[in-house]
Amino acid sequence: MLIQLTDIKKVFNQGRPNEFWAIQGVSLEFEPNRVSCLKGASGSGKTTLLSMIGCLSRPTSGRIQLGERVISSLPERFLTDVRRHTFGFIFQRFNLISGLSVLENIMLPAYPLGLPYKRLVATALHLLEQFNLLAKADNPVEWLSGGEAQRVAICRALINDPQILIADEPTANLDSKLSYEFMGLIDELRQSGKTILITSHDPEVFDSAVVDRVVEMHDGVVLT
Amino acid sequence: MMWLFLRKQKYLIDFTLSSLLRRKGKSLGLLAVYTLIVFMLASVTLFTHALRKEAGLMLQASPEIIVQRMQAGRHALIPADYLQRIGRLRGVTQKEGRLWGYYYDPAVKANYTIMTAGQVAAPLTEIIIGTGIARARGLVVGDYLTLRSQNGEAYSFEITELLNEKSELVSADLLLMSPQAFRRLFNIPEGFYTDLVLSVRNPREVRKVAEKLTLLLPDTRPILREEVLRTYDSVFSWRQGILFVLLTGSILAFVIFAWDKASGLSAEERREIGILKAVGWETADVMRMKFWEGMIVSLSAFLIGYLAAYAHVFYASASLFEPVLKGWAVLYPQFRLTPFVDGLQLATLLFFTVLPYIVATIIPIWRTSITDPDAVMR
Amino acid sequence: MRKSNTFLACVFLLLVGCIATLVDATHRKHLAVSDVESGTALVRQFGLTDLALFTEARYTRHLSQSDLHSAFQDHPVALEHFPSGSLLLPPQRMQ
Repeated sequence: MLIQLTDIKKVFNQGRPNEFWAIQGVSLEFEPNRVSCLKGASGSGKTTLLSMIGCLSRPTSGRIQLGERVISSLPERFLTDVRRHTFGFIFQRFNLISGLSVLENIMLPAYPLGLPYKRLVATALHLLEQFNLLAKADNPVEWLSGGEAQRVAICRALINDPQILIADEPTANLDSKLSYEFMGLIDELRQSGKTILITSHDPEVFDSAVVDRVVEMHDGVVLT
Repeated sequence: MMWLFLRKQKYLIDFTLSSLLRRKGKSLGLLAVYTLIVFMLASVTLFTHALRKEAGLMLQASPEIIVQRMQAGRHALIPADYLQRIGRLRGVTQKEGRLWGYYYDPAVKANYTIMTAGQVAAPLTEIIIGTGIARARGLVVGDYLTLRSQNGEAYSFEITELLNEKSELVSADLLLMSPQAFRRLFNIPEGFYTDLVLSVRNPREVRKVAEKLTLLLPDTRPILREEVLRTYDSVFSWRQGILFVLLTGSILAFVIFAWDKASGLSAEERREIGILKAVGWETADVMRMKFWEGMIVSLSAFLIGYLAAYAHVFYASASLFEPVLKGWAVLYPQFRLTPFVDGLQLATLLFFTVLPYIVATIIPIWRTSITDPDAVMR
Repeated sequence: MRKSNTFLACVFLLLVGCIATLVDATHRKHLAVSDVESGTALVRQFGLTDLALFTEARYTRHLSQSDLHSAFQDHPVALEHFPSGSLLLPPQRMQ
């Protein structure tokens, strides 16, 4: 599914003294089945851009098109619907919910869909097996190591079988060995047909052979 | 469609239970306190309601009109010729004088209620007693009970019968003897009674008769059955009210506790809601989840509390309330209340215990759950 | 077992318990008819007017028969009907 951004602008606190233009006119295209990386210092607007693509927020002006569908003008309810079927998210600090088991954390994005329980559990266990976490299924997530937590976060992002994966600074909490492993997993996902968008300022990520395209951002505009 | 809805709710319950179990101590503590409150409220309601109903049923048979003579603002003996003075009042089917009073037994420091009954076989030596007295003094049929008379003489009576223990709610402290023995014991001359009892066949005429009585015998006061019933009705409402007032303190404490627990969203909970929204939950899903949180706690507390209260009141004879009701009394009836429970009572209880908690849980969430889902990424 | 199933099973059991109390109440009401009747018979026979619940004082034993406005009728340390009864202690010599 092609992602097209046309002249995207995003302002925070509009009309107030602390008004801040995070994105100042970005036009981009992301091709399907590619790994793209948004690179830039913190505050460059890459996370804001990613959250708009992922339907977590809406641009102040401009157009986001997902395949045939314009998503930038959809009301919140529809955005949620698009988000839960099209996107999977991997957050910077994994954002797993502590106290819940690994299995429960993974199934969480599917809860509002009301799938039959057995089928959902089977899907989740299959993912866990794929990522070599089956033995940890019933452990609480706070018992996991950093690498395991990262893989659980990936499983959670994949539970609804989204076409596009969005990873926001995924390697920020990992050492270089784990980061390397992570990129390996990303490669596998790309091969299975996913489109992957990553933000990072970690050379381990944007210099990786896995990444097809690097977009550099600075102060809300695209440099290259 | 139906199944989809149910499956969604079950997932939400799964999540809520997991997150409640995460703070096991706090959640169970809350549940325990909540249950206790429901238990107390339900016990009071069930107990007073049942007692009121039972009293109402039994006292339905009490005399329509009792005429007491008042002297200097106090109850005084009424001369027998008042019966003649009443004469033939329209509507009065029967009239007779009663002898009754109290006897303080220093041996057990208890007050007995002494009434007279014509059918005691050997008038001067036999009595019938209520089971409460029998218990307090350790008496059985065939034993003798000595009562000290007004002028210091001791009279012994043989106990020929115990009153039916099933009627203990009205008869625990009764002591029945013949009128002759009563007069001798308390030195009441012939020609005087404690009060008069009138039967009126048509209930609508009772008020009329009472009006005529006050004109005819200005030094008496009629006590009507409906007044007696009303007295009991209000006295239990009053006692219920007192208990509720006493409970208010604990209820308020609980409200503060619950408010703090339910509404004071910690930073962690706020973050969690953000995560849920980011991974694809709608605002409505978050609200439903919080609704279930309130529902799970309050419904469990209500059901457990009510069941415990039912067992307490109707199977354990409301033993926790006994010290309160007993007061200084030595004689206390042992009775098993007949359960009078109706849907309205349950609904009222449900309304006042479950609903406020759910509302208190949901309202503060409203503000948080409408925040943008991208908050987690910032 | 899945948590929601456990919970719903518990709620179901408790609900059954609640319905059982209603059934039990109806059942015992029928059983108790004879008890109430024995009480009623006694009330009718002797013209009883009050419950033997509070036997410590005249005005509590025969609530509906007591003198209207005389204080401290029976028990020297009984709390009164009136609010003042909780403030004023009975005279020393009565205690």
